Amino acid sequence: MASAETPAAPAPDTAAADPIMNVKGLVKHFPLRSGVVIKRQVGAVQAVDGVDLQVRPGETIGVVGESGCGKSTLAKLLIGLETPTAGSISLTGREMVGASGGKLKAMRRDVQMIFQDPYTSLNPRMTVGDIIAEPLEIHPDAVPKAQRTERVRELMSLVGLSPEHIDRYAHQFSGGQRQRIGIARGLALNPKLLICDEPVSALDVSVQAQVINLLQDLQNRLGISLIFIAHDLSVVRHISHRVAVMYLGRIVELGDKEQVYNNPQHPYTKALLSAVPNPDPAMRGKGNQIVLEGDPPSPANPPSGCRFRTRCWKAQAKCAEVDPGLELTSSGARAACHFPGDTPSQPEVAA
Amino acid sequence: MFSQKTTSPVEEGKPEVDENQPLLQVRDLSVVFRTREGSAQAVNKVDLDLARGQTLAILGESGSGKSVTAQAIMGILDMPPAEITSGTIKFRGKDLLTMPEKERRLYRGQRISMVFQDALSALNPVYTVGEQIGELFTVHRGMSRKDAKKKSIELMDKVRIPGAAARVTDYPHQFSGGMRQRIMIAMAIALDPDIIIADEPTTALDVTVQAQVMELLAEMRRETGSGLILITHDLGVVAETADMISVMYAGRTVEHGPATKVFANPAHPYTLGLLESMPRLTGAGDRLYAIPGLPPSLLNLPSGCPFAARCPRAEDICRQDPPPPAVEIDGTRFSACHFAEEVVAHGVR
Repeated sequence: MASAETPAAPAPDTAAADPIMNVKGLVKHFPLRSGVVIKRQVGAVQAVDGVDLQVRPGETIGVVGESGCGKSTLAKLLIGLETPTAGSISLTGREMVGASGGKLKAMRRDVQMIFQDPYTSLNPRMTVGDIIAEPLEIHPDAVPKAQRTERVRELMSLVGLSPEHIDRYAHQFSGGQRQRIGIARGLALNPKLLICDEPVSALDVSVQAQVINLLQDLQNRLGISLIFIAHDLSVVRHISHRVAVMYLGRIVELGDKEQVYNNPQHPYTKALLSAVPNPDPAMRGKGNQIVLEGDPPSPANPPSGCRFRTRCWKAQAKCAEVDPGLELTSSGARAACHFPGDTPSQPEVAA
Repeated sequence: MFSQKTTSPVEEGKPEVDENQPLLQVRDLSVVFRTREGSAQAVNKVDLDLARGQTLAILGESGSGKSVTAQAIMGILDMPPAEITSGTIKFRGKDLLTMPEKERRLYRGQRISMVFQDALSALNPVYTVGEQIGELFTVHRGMSRKDAKKKSIELMDKVRIPGAAARVTDYPHQFSGGMRQRIMIAMAIALDPDIIIADEPTTALDVTVQAQVMELLAEMRRETGSGLILITHDLGVVAETADMISVMYAGRTVEHGPATKVFANPAHPYTLGLLESMPRLTGAGDRLYAIPGLPPSLLNLPSGCPFAARCPRAEDICRQDPPPPAVEIDGTRFSACHFAEEVVAHGVR
């Protein structure tokens, strides 16, 4: 693995700074009900089950995991679109969980979202100008009415759209340009944190690079923090300072990009990274790919102990009994595994 | 494949072919879509070759014409609005485009089969997977339903669906995405075809499942000795599986050659741009190269090279002269660029 890393945006040296967002013990269970007249709760889909995360100013946290691991639910919780079952989300010192009315509305200004699908996330009957101005209408005190059009034009040039196109409709733009409209809308209220849920996965490779570069430029210019949710591990590696790997509603590994990618500690992270196709035919067959058996278990009925143990080649009796916590490992990253890194699961056999 | 009750039985048995002729030879294929806004030139004078046991990847972005090419080979283009305006598609020397539909049906599924991107919409939701796999045998082989079910279980075992005998009566929605794609592969290999076309077979899947499905496809190809045409926009998947690559842009093949050569040393500025704009798992996290601009509209293609407007190497000749034909470079591959030799030697910037 390459050692000389030159990240496009230098990692902000703010480890000591107060986090913008502090998430503690966040849980979201969706109840499963049965019965026609009298509904009884028969279980719960544990979409997010105990997530702790701190977002520092100016950093990008990448969140990766397979579909169904809870990464999109996490995004919805952080922006207040879903009410958590338990836990706390503190935004620059203010508690978001349980807040309502004007208080919650004021907090939402600081956290905005960019959606995956640039086709369905923009209203086809609204002009680009109206779409970008909508957050300003919802929060009328952000920008005085007389200056709103000026602000919209400013935002459009900020994301690389021509301000002359302010009266066009979304369908008159390509996928990449639409995603720029979504980004301009997300930036309208000067948020401190932008949550990007799969923002480039619907785009072609050549356009994807344009949008990734734009997000990095915007972060450098505006100093905002990003939570970047994606299933594409190469994209996440490129844009993130820190990376969280999720499996069945939990973060199983959390650390700096270099730690997680160069020296993965959790077996799931290892398997995930080894499954990424290597874009170099000369290396074909030379990587040691770990092909995981089967599919992830249902989040409605997760395994006891470690949730990954049913697909893990290192699993021992202990893994079924004791749920591993997210502990500091030798790489500097935190991992939720009893046998992190190269630790053999059966020391007596390995020796 | 879709409507079970309306499919009339096809004549039994595979069509006879001359094994000495090349497996698949596409020459000068052009497809136009007649739309209300005008004619869209989706595929423009495309040549392709596929040999037995070979994997050919057709790489391109949306709108590049890769899927339309595949559909033309499979014979499932919607005509109209599509119209094949020129070219031949020869399977073992026989032109599929000029033969009567009755004969063509013998090739579809038995000689050439297809794995679709979205297994959930390619499978019929109201029939069990067993009925859908078994249909291939009742229609093409005249088997009884009982025997067909037995064959279905065999095939599901072969693509490693756990508990095949019990799951044969399940409906598509009861399977996970990866398992559904395995069912699609089972149907594609059911009649021992000579060519399998896989159109974005793993795009909807997670990387861990993608690895399983690609591995299975490769194994099935090795086992049956068939040729595989892999349609994809994923450079990683191509690098791991393809022997030969055709890169398509705006309906044209811009570069064609052995995978190792194309990746190590691209001969077309578009291929080079694609490779550079892709984030990687290793190496420095420098700023990504982004190909500026957008692909041209197929309704209104420029008279010159379709990539000229986005190309850092473009000169007047690229914009004015008709698009250059693919020329052979270093004896192994083709590039449709006026400056191909130079791109191979020095890149574009």
